[in-house]
This record gives sequence, C-alpha cells and structure tokens, in this order.
Amino acid sequence: MSLEQFTDRNVQQHYFKVDIEDYPETGWDRFKQVVKRAASGELFVGLWVVMREMIKFDIHTVQYPKEKLPIGPRYRAVHEMQRLFESGTERCIGCGLCEKICISDCIRMDTRIDENSRKEVTEYTINLGRCIFCGYCAEVCPELAIVHGPRYENTSEQREHFILFEDMLTPIDMAIKGEQKEYPGFGAVTPNEDARVKKTPLAY
Amino acid sequence: MDTAFIIETLVKIVVVLLVFSALAGFGTYFERKVLAFMQRRLGPMHVGPYGLLQIAADGIKLFTKEDIVPSGVVGPIFKIAPVITAATAFMAAAAIPFLPEFTLFGYTVHPIIADVNIGILYILGVMAIGLYGPLLGGMASNNKWSLISAARGAAIFISYEVVTGLALLVPLMIIGSLSLLDFNEYQAANGWMAFAHPMGFISFILFWIAAFAETGRTPFHLVANDHEIIDGFGTEYSGMRWGLFFIGEYANMFFISFVMAIVFLGGYGDGTVMGALGLLLKVSFFFFFFLWTRAAWPDVRPDQLMWLCWKVLMPLAVINVVITGIVMMF
Repeated sequence: MSLEQFTDRNVQQHYFKVDIEDYPETGWDRFKQVVKRAASGELFVGLWVVMREMIKFDIHTVQYPKEKLPIGPRYRAVHEMQRLFESGTERCIGCGLCEKICISDCIRMDTRIDENSRKEVTEYTINLGRCIFCGYCAEVCPELAIVHGPRYENTSEQREHFILFEDMLTPIDMAIKGEQKEYPGFGAVTPNEDARVKKTPLAY
Repeated sequence: MDTAFIIETLVKIVVVLLVFSALAGFGTYFERKVLAFMQRRLGPMHVGPYGLLQIAADGIKLFTKEDIVPSGVVGPIFKIAPVITAATAFMAAAAIPFLPEFTLFGYTVHPIIADVNIGILYILGVMAIGLYGPLLGGMASNNKWSLISAARGAAIFISYEVVTGLALLVPLMIIGSLSLLDFNEYQAANGWMAFAHPMGFISFILFWIAAFAETGRTPFHLVANDHEIIDGFGTEYSGMRWGLFFIGEYANMFFISFVMAIVFLGGYGDGTVMGALGLLLKVSFFFFFFLWTRAAWPDVRPDQLMWLCWKVLMPLAVINVVITGIVMMF
C-alpha cells in the first residue's frame, strides 16, 4: 500500500451504492419478492455455509482455564512485588512514591524505623478493586520493587483477597532459585549479576 | 383382554417413556455440540469426555433446583402446564411404529404401542392438545411476556395445524387409510410418498415447514423468542417444571421426525434390518435438520410467520389437495 492511499483524505473514493431493489408497494409485488427469494435458494446458501464450517472443523475455541492466550509482554496486570536478587529480602525501601502517585488512591503503606535504624515497610496493600492499572506506581518506583506481572485473573470470594501483599510478593523459594522474572529498567539487576556479585556470608 | 398383551403394552410404554426422555437429554447435548461446531466452537467439554456427562449434570441440576412458584400465579394451572406439554408429546407416541416388528426369544414384538386405525388423526389431535401447555403456562404465569408468548404460541400452533392437516390429507387420499402401518406398507409397495407423486412431494415440503412451527423450532421460534420476549411462556418456570417443557419440546421433535419419515419417506420399508436402520437414519436426518436450520437461519417476524402460513402455505396446500382429488378421480 502506497503513501498516497493513506494521505488521500477523500474517504468516499471506493464507496459504491448497494444494489437495493425497490421496496414492494402492492401485495402482488410482495408476493413476487417472496417467490423470487424463495426460489433463489438463499436459505440453502445459509445451510451450506454452516455445514461447510462444520465439515472444515476449524475450531477457534480456547479452553480457557486449561489453556490461555499468550499475553503481551507489556501488559499491565496484577502487581508483583520483587525481591532483591542477592539476599532475597524485599526490594521495597518504603519511600512511598507509589502511594503518592497513585491516582486512584489504592496503594496504602505503613513504615517504621526498625531497631537497626533502617526504614521498614510494616504494611503494604494495593486495593485491586480500585486499581485502574495505569502503571504509574511501577514507573515511579526507584528500586523496581513494584512491577506489573502477567497474572490477569482477579477472582475471589472476598474483597480482602485483592489487597494481599503476600500474594504479590515473589515467593522466597522462587527468589532463592533465581526464578524471579526480572524487568529491565533503573535499579534492575545487570545481566552478568551472577558472576559479579558475591552473596552475603549468611547465605552460605 | 389377555394378560400377556397388557404386560407387553405396559413394557412398551415404559420403554418408550424411558428411551425418549433419555433421547431428549441426548438431544440437548447433540444440539449444543452441532450448533457449536457450526459456529466454530467446541460446545460442552468439561464434564466427562467431550462433555458427554453434561447430560447427567444437567439432569441432576434440573431435578435438584428449587421449585419456585411465583406469587400471583394461578397455582394449579401453572403447575400442570408443563405436564401437559410433556404428556401430550409422549401420548402422540402411542400410534407411531418406531421399528418394524421383530422376534425376540421367539416372541414377536410390535414396536408400536397401539395400532389404532385412526393413527395419524390421533397423532394430529394429541399434538394439537400440546398447545395447551404453552398457552396455560403462559396465561397462568402472571407475567406479561409469558402472556404475549402464550398468545403468540396459540396463534402459531392453531395456524400451522391447518397446514399440517391439509398437507397430510394428500397422502391420506392416495393411500386411503389412517393407520401408519398402512402408510408404511403402501410405500414399501409403491415407492416413497415424497417422490412417487409430485403432490406428495409438495405436501411433504409443506408438512416439513409446518413441523418447524409445530415444534417451535428456530425459523418459527416465536413461542419463546429469546430476543423479543425473554423466554416466552417458560419465563417463570424453574427446575424440573421447565425441564418438562424441554423434554416435551425435544420428544416432539423426535416424534414429528418419525411421522415425517413414516408418512412421506417410506418408513421402515419392507421391515428388514436395513429398513429399520433406514428409518432411524431418516429420523436422525430430520432431527439434525432441526439443529442445522437453527444454526443457519434467522427467526422471522410474527407477522411474516402468519403471512407465510395463511397466504402462502395454506393456499398451496388447498390447491395441492384439489389437484390430488382431480388426479384421484381419473
């Protein structure tokens, strides 16, 4: 397709009038129309079309709970809280930027200074019932601690299930095995992190 | 009346009841599958292999669902209407020869409950009574959609009874008997009614069209036209009461397929095994055609439906009968 066809704003260029018969006026005309349509075999064309599709057996069903359609890599679904690659602790530093930027006001976090004078996140919830999945929280996060994962099914019997931090957090065993999916961006682990970083002595 | 005859008849009644209730269930499964395949879907797949146990699941659901009788309905009539539909469908089965007679352990079985000599009239009459199911159910429901549906149903059933009757007159005149066994014997000797005479073919087509209206199937599905009046007369029904309407509809489809196959397409022919299989094949084809049209054709408007009945089909049927009469005279 050439550029001219796109730049041509005369959108009516390929329109054509559908050949519509005159509307029947008298009863005799209506009768003739019916006879014509009945004899033209339109009904049998319809029958043939569905029969053809049945014989071809070209099924388009996705048996949903068992098989799922692939989802785009940039799809913004339920949040995932990442862990640090080296130590397996939560990556979130409790800066509160995500809570500030959230336009639907669904992120809520509580922090405190722990006994080592480090900031600690005591409570972190995302109300998925209110979340509009705009992606601002993931974009603003300086540590890449909150990202959008590919899990798009939100069903539960209770609303409370939509805010659980533990559900979003990468399971610790997955993090230890290095199965956490990493996303490129500021704060992300570099590709050769395995070779470069030594684990803390406690991990041995 | 001797005891063996009574026992045999009772057994036949029970068998017909059981087989056709089960067939109604299989009919729903079959319909869902065929419609799905024609629309490039898979249909029920989860319960059992290829969804086969869906029938059992549906049955359990219908039987165990709460039986709601809404307030304001006319109780007794509301409760008896589904029974009328199902019962008349099964009563019509009494005069239908389902298979040729066969010998089982030295005992000759006639797979017809009663070979009454007014068989076809009896079937027509009982099927006409089937109208009272939707009519009473809709009128007793205390629901305007049900009421409209009942009125529509009455109009359609009564109108298409006329076409059915007139279409059946032609084979009646040619054969000169009302018993379906005589129909079968005549066609075994003289060829199929639908193809042996041009009048027979026309009346076959007319009867086929009317059968869609009689059973309330899709091109003429105006009794419970889903997109216009919710579920028609069945709106207020739930659980097994609704299930009885359903069984009635599917049993009716099977029985009218049998009637079409026996009256117009030669029935079981000479009564051999091949003839019996042929009859079952014909019936299967007619049943399949009910599903096929549902996938392919749109519903017509009520006024188009009545127009078709009174201005096209009925004159055609009358002319057909007159021509048959003239031919019979000479």
